[in-house]
Amino acid sequence: MRGMKNIFAGRWGIIGVGIIIGILAPLLQKLGNPGNMGICVACFERDIAGALGLHRAAVVQYIRPEIIGFVVGSLIAAYLFKEFRPRLGSAPIVRFFLGVFAMIGALVFLGCPWRAALRLAGGDGNAILGLLGLIFGIWIGTLFLKGGYTLGRTQPTQSAAGWMLPLLMVGLLLLLLVFPQIEGKEKSGVLFYSLKGPGSMYAPLVISLIVGLFIGFLAQRSRFCTMGAIRDFVLFRQMHLLSGFIALIVTAFIVNFILGQFKPGFAGQPVAHMIHIWNFAGMALSGLAFCLAGGCPGRQLFLSGEGDGDAAVFVIGMIVGAGIAHNFGLASSPAGVGPYSIPAVIIGIAVCLFIGFTMRKRIA
Amino acid sequence: MSKTVDARGLSCPQPVLMTLDEIKAGGADEIIVLVDSDASKENVSRAAEGKGWEVATITEETSEYHITIKKG
Repeated sequence: MRGMKNIFAGRWGIIGVGIIIGILAPLLQKLGNPGNMGICVACFERDIAGALGLHRAAVVQYIRPEIIGFVVGSLIAAYLFKEFRPRLGSAPIVRFFLGVFAMIGALVFLGCPWRAALRLAGGDGNAILGLLGLIFGIWIGTLFLKGGYTLGRTQPTQSAAGWMLPLLMVGLLLLLLVFPQIEGKEKSGVLFYSLKGPGSMYAPLVISLIVGLFIGFLAQRSRFCTMGAIRDFVLFRQMHLLSGFIALIVTAFIVNFILGQFKPGFAGQPVAHMIHIWNFAGMALSGLAFCLAGGCPGRQLFLSGEGDGDAAVFVIGMIVGAGIAHNFGLASSPAGVGPYSIPAVIIGIAVCLFIGFTMRKRIA
Repeated sequence: MSKTVDARGLSCPQPVLMTLDEIKAGGADEIIVLVDSDASKENVSRAAEGKGWEVATITEETSEYHITIKKG
């Protein structure tokens, strides 16, 4: 195929990347990450928000090196292959709020699309509701796209603007190295740590960071995106990205099975609740927000690494959204949805619909 | 007849949607699509080929690509 010198852009490239993520995520769980949470972009950004004290949910506080690796790995790939293109200016404030509500929806379900896939691959039946919600939200988003929805054009900018989020990630890594967890202490320097709960469960720093860098590199090359996988199939009946997402799920299922991490059922699943309608609706909100913003939370990190300042604003929106979600009782827990989860999801869907109906072509 | 689709600065799926709209509109046997990211270049090429069009040339100008696709 002409113009396809990038081997990862081919069918086997994207499937290969899905397989690699499907192997590495359950292994990260084996090495210490929480249950069915080998990788979860939303949960890990939420943990970062907690480590910085943006919320004070004691059980979810840790600077996750995987997130740092995703951004920096993508940055390295982008520079190596001359794809680092600093750009911004496509409705950043709208992207910020899409990020906030994408996170709120994800925390009502308890996971992003990556974790929804990994939960399914670990036998968690509740993930089926989440994935159906995700598909529904993305489907709504595609209707807006067909109707001329756009956030407008980006403009090229200085390299420094493209470096902002990667530099933030390097800063977070430095904080993690300067203020490591002190045994039995909740605080180390400026960072908060969890003594119990998911925030206290993590694979060794170096391994998490290397895996993150590796996946960030591969995902930048292959344009891996869990939202795009479903969107492109709904819009164009195109299987390209979807084949990578399916490869991830099938591989993670096999690896979980081998590692003894496959436990089928609805009850007693790790970091999950069984309130089906809000599992569905939370992920529908997330899916709609991801679709309107043009990428799943992982893809937003990879885009940030290649210089996309608008994707970086979305990421910051997600981290702030995690702070809001936990400070104001919008996030779920294994006990069920939070006291204000339901109104938050309804408001979020209303905001996304407002954005979808009003941000239209021919203004840009 | 040749038509031009300017999808510079737009992120996917918009360049693909614009290209497919132009293909669907008919009347053109050659379409030049302007994009400014590698992901868009790959996506537009893939979508055009999926519709039976041929990617004739891709030229790189200062940080943008001009993709010429022709009716197969």
